[in-house]
Amino acid sequence: MKKFKLFFCILLSLTIFNTLKSAEQIDPIKVDWSFKGLLGKFDRASLQRGYQVYNEVCASCHSMQYLSYRNLGEPGGPEFSEEEVKAIAAGFEVTDGPDAQGEMFTRPGRPSDKFVSPYPNVNAAAAANGGAYPPDMSVLVKARKGGANYIYSVLVGYEDPPTGVTLDEGVYYNKYMIGNKIKMPNNLSDGLVDYADGTEATVDQMAKDVTTFLSWAAEPELESRHKTGVKVILYLVLLSILVFLSMKKIWSRVNPEV
Amino acid sequence: MSEQEYVPKSKAGKWFNDRLPLLSLASHLTDYPTPKNLNYWWTFGGILTFCLLTQIITGIVLAMHYVAHADLAFASVEHIMRDVNYGWLIRYIHSNGASMFFLAVYIHIFRSLFYGSYKSPREIIWILGLMIYLLMMAAAFMGYVLPWGQMSFWGATVITNLFSAIPLVGDSITTWLWGAYSVDNPTLTRFFSLHYLIPFLILGLVVLHIWALHVPGNNNPVGIDIKKPSKDTVPFHPYITIKDTFALLLFMIIFAGFVFFAPNVLGHSDNYIQANPMVTPAHIVPEWYLLPFYAILRSVPDKLGGVILMFGAIFILFVLPWLDTSKVRSAVFRPIYRQFFWILILDVLVLGYVGAMPAEGIYLVLARVGTVYYFLHFLVILPVVGYLEKTEPVPLSISEPVLSGSADYSIAKKDNEKI
Repeated sequence: MKKFKLFFCILLSLTIFNTLKSAEQIDPIKVDWSFKGLLGKFDRASLQRGYQVYNEVCASCHSMQYLSYRNLGEPGGPEFSEEEVKAIAAGFEVTDGPDAQGEMFTRPGRPSDKFVSPYPNVNAAAAANGGAYPPDMSVLVKARKGGANYIYSVLVGYEDPPTGVTLDEGVYYNKYMIGNKIKMPNNLSDGLVDYADGTEATVDQMAKDVTTFLSWAAEPELESRHKTGVKVILYLVLLSILVFLSMKKIWSRVNPEV
Repeated sequence: MSEQEYVPKSKAGKWFNDRLPLLSLASHLTDYPTPKNLNYWWTFGGILTFCLLTQIITGIVLAMHYVAHADLAFASVEHIMRDVNYGWLIRYIHSNGASMFFLAVYIHIFRSLFYGSYKSPREIIWILGLMIYLLMMAAAFMGYVLPWGQMSFWGATVITNLFSAIPLVGDSITTWLWGAYSVDNPTLTRFFSLHYLIPFLILGLVVLHIWALHVPGNNNPVGIDIKKPSKDTVPFHPYITIKDTFALLLFMIIFAGFVFFAPNVLGHSDNYIQANPMVTPAHIVPEWYLLPFYAILRSVPDKLGGVILMFGAIFILFVLPWLDTSKVRSAVFRPIYRQFFWILILDVLVLGYVGAMPAEGIYLVLARVGTVYYFLHFLVILPVVGYLEKTEPVPLSISEPVLSGSADYSIAKKDNEKI
């Protein structure tokens, strides 16, 4: 009995806490993403740039453990060429083994390998980041209310704390973050990466590109899902028209009004 | 139940049918005289059968790739989404299929409430239906736990904790349910096992549900007893099958809309975060179809009281055929009950809404008012209205209110045989 009351109190206070917090929070910025809508597709160039931002900036703390390097070359994704994917994979040291002697060894990555994580485990990741675990980014866009808009907003939402708000060491103020406090510093600054395609690397551009990349990472099936969906629904609509006409014909024998 | 005994035409057919009358059964199902005035609210029985089969088939495929282990379940779901051919399609059909299943079952239940389908002589059909509904909720709850996300874990924690409200043995029962001292790997594996079992129990109950239906035959929008077969009925095939198929296709279009264009809109984003016993989500909410019951549970400050009321809200439906005192079945001829029916719908929707909101302030007040009204409807309003209500005149046959009803059953049957 006692245990539940406690649990109920926690639940209640957490919900209250949540509403109070959400009162301070502002809605994320609405971006007109190319992958929204019934026929939405990813912007290929943006995905490739987004991968570059992820790899050069985010990947030093955030893992993406459910992705494989081969995914980068698959249709509907950044669609790097086979050679590029091999080169990307080969740039990572992968621990493999045990070999015939029972020893673990490292080798250059292959396209079939999963993305190499920056830390060996969650505790190590948290310890290296002031106690806050940098979340795995494989499904991050699906795991946050507001999705891509929210991720983008947090990336561009850093500002000086309003007067009266004091922040602990290693805590930063973010307009869009739930609770406004974030342990990740503002890592993006203009010109931080050198885009291979010559696009100017503004903070806004990088935030958009990396959010596009993360959206693909969370939903790599999005393009084929949209394409199949249109076909399926067209088929169902046509079939229901045919069935409707058959139904009219059949029922006309009994009751022309049905 | 069909008018004359069915005799197979071929010798082999007769030999087989004398030993196992499957052909007689098929003939009974085909000829089954159905009221000809059934409207589209009556198509949800067929839609629900489709939903059950869809869940079973997609579920069997998912189980080939899913790993029921606390450390591996979340990753195995991502494996299905990324590496299994069309795994995303199968999983999204299964997860959205649960919501579509409940959407259909709620329409089916409220149709029964409106047209009085639960009344004599159909009480057993109604009770079997409620047992199916209970099993559906159990299956859906356990299925939601399987991806082992944050909402899976904490939803399981909240719901299993309800059993600790039972006096004296509550804590032991909860530990026994968990197979551990908290929701953990043993809980996940047993939930998986039961989640695989329950759909087949449902399937068995569905057979009984349809069997029980075929004894008195379908109720109908007018709610009167009809002669079968007669000019008020049509053979099930092709009249009802074609209509059910058309309705099913419309239903599938909505279903496909969710699966392909908004596959996660009915879920909670927190369930894409792997379960973490150390971090409680800010706001634990069940899936939408359980929200009204969640609101009833939280409307009572006492835990045991809340649990009793929540289960009471379901079990009260089992005695509904005896709480409703009206002799008239269909709400079409019950002007007062009709108003209360719509108020009940509103009440359940309000309960569903506040179930998704924090249990505080105006929401808590609404939840309490909604809960009291829910019970008031079944325990007071239904019995009293049944006595006091002046019902409108009920027609003697279906053909009477239908102006253009002219053809009779035998003509329809003959036409049917031509094609």
